[in-house]
Amino acid sequence: MGEAIVITSGKGGVGKTTTSANIGTSLALMDKKVCLIDTDIGLRNLDVIMGLENRIIYDIVDVIQGRCKLQQALIKDKRFDYLSLLPAAQTSDKSAVTTDGMKEIVTELKQEYDYIIIDCPAGIEQGFQNAIAGADRAIVVTTPENSSVRDADRIIGLIEKKDMLEPPRLIINRIRNQMMKNGDMLDIDDIVQLLAIDLIGIVADSEEMIKASNKGEPIALHPHFKASISYRNIARRILGETVPLQSLEEEKSFMQKVKAFFKI
Amino acid sequence: MQETKPTITIKGTRDGLILFIDENSSFEEIVQDLTKKLDASSPQKEEPVVSVKVKLGHRYLAEEQRRQLKKIIEEKNRFQIEAMESEVIPIKDAKTWLDQSKLQVVNQIVRSGQVLEAKGDLLLIGDVNPGGRVRARGNIYIMGNLLGIAHAGIEGDQEAFIAASYMKPAQLRIAEYISRAPDYEADGVYMECGIIDPDQNKIVIDSIKILSKQRKVISAFERRMNNG
Repeated sequence: MGEAIVITSGKGGVGKTTTSANIGTSLALMDKKVCLIDTDIGLRNLDVIMGLENRIIYDIVDVIQGRCKLQQALIKDKRFDYLSLLPAAQTSDKSAVTTDGMKEIVTELKQEYDYIIIDCPAGIEQGFQNAIAGADRAIVVTTPENSSVRDADRIIGLIEKKDMLEPPRLIINRIRNQMMKNGDMLDIDDIVQLLAIDLIGIVADSEEMIKASNKGEPIALHPHFKASISYRNIARRILGETVPLQSLEEEKSFMQKVKAFFKI
Repeated sequence: MQETKPTITIKGTRDGLILFIDENSSFEEIVQDLTKKLDASSPQKEEPVVSVKVKLGHRYLAEEQRRQLKKIIEEKNRFQIEAMESEVIPIKDAKTWLDQSKLQVVNQIVRSGQVLEAKGDLLLIGDVNPGGRVRARGNIYIMGNLLGIAHAGIEGDQEAFIAASYMKPAQLRIAEYISRAPDYEADGVYMECGIIDPDQNKIVIDSIKILSKQRKVISAFERRMNNG
């Protein structure tokens, strides 16, 4: 029986989809069977970031409305046999997806996969409700900006009312070390103290990330990038390992970590 | 047969009249006697308005009956009812009193978009995050950071106050008063309280120790009893 994890943030543009793609990829790298679900109906992106856009035949709305079987809509990743994607619909009406429909899909996928990663749309409306409906736990993504922390706080409040297995955990994304040092960005400790949930990872902002997204190759595939290690660490923490937080500066210790990672 | 007590006794004091209404007579009797008694004295036009206190003893009057009495008393005379006092209250009111005089203890983080409301006083063990809101009929005590909005005395109690371990609120509201955070970046304060200062006619933030001088009765039940 697998576990369903929803990746959510409230605010748009903080990196939910990138995070979903990279956590999914990292878990698959660790030989877990993973299924990604894109629930952003009408604005699907996850397939683009995964580079699987051209393989879509059916989507989640087709499954819910009974036009195809769930298995037919799943797209196998081109790099891993263990990784699948259930894409969102691009054209259908948003109201086509219901919480019950979502729950059914997630329950069915849990039979076969170890982890179901649900990419949540921005906002707190029906799309959000659908995305969290079937989830066992949640990961909240925020950036070190006031507006996105505020929205994360709102989202955490809504999730806490849902009685999930565990309290949500936090990823702080797009950290710029220099700005944080100068005090131009919110401090990691301040964010964690305000939101009062456990931190599961931090990810630095980098150009490589944008490049990777554009190429349709999750950065987690390339271990020589710092962000890749961040995502792999998050995946290990999801699996229950204790991994210390990555240092944001010292290049040397970073390399050591890469080496240490490959010895395992 | 024992001589019956008069249904209505009128007593004059320096502050006005006190109307004692016998608690054993029926309501109809009272209405009759009251009308008779008041009709007997026809008021002068120039007479000043007299304030009247009605003492009902162990009698409970429904809202409709109260209105009827008020009408009889105030209609023909230059009387104004100051208060109707009864020694008894219905269970429903008593329960509301009890609710309103209770200290509600809550352990949670009031996050952005959430509203926490208490009928009496509120003790929050946890933070109020920016965008979160706490409201109470009485006082608000926060063991944590107050970063959102706190509103004490929501039904108009100007004696209510807000105390917090750490205060950096977006707004403080007490009764109908509102104060907001300054536009410049300011640090928060530890162990302080917001209270209405009658001299300045606004909410001021001061050290918690002023409460012992300015708000003698902190117990919600006593306050409720005193305020009736």
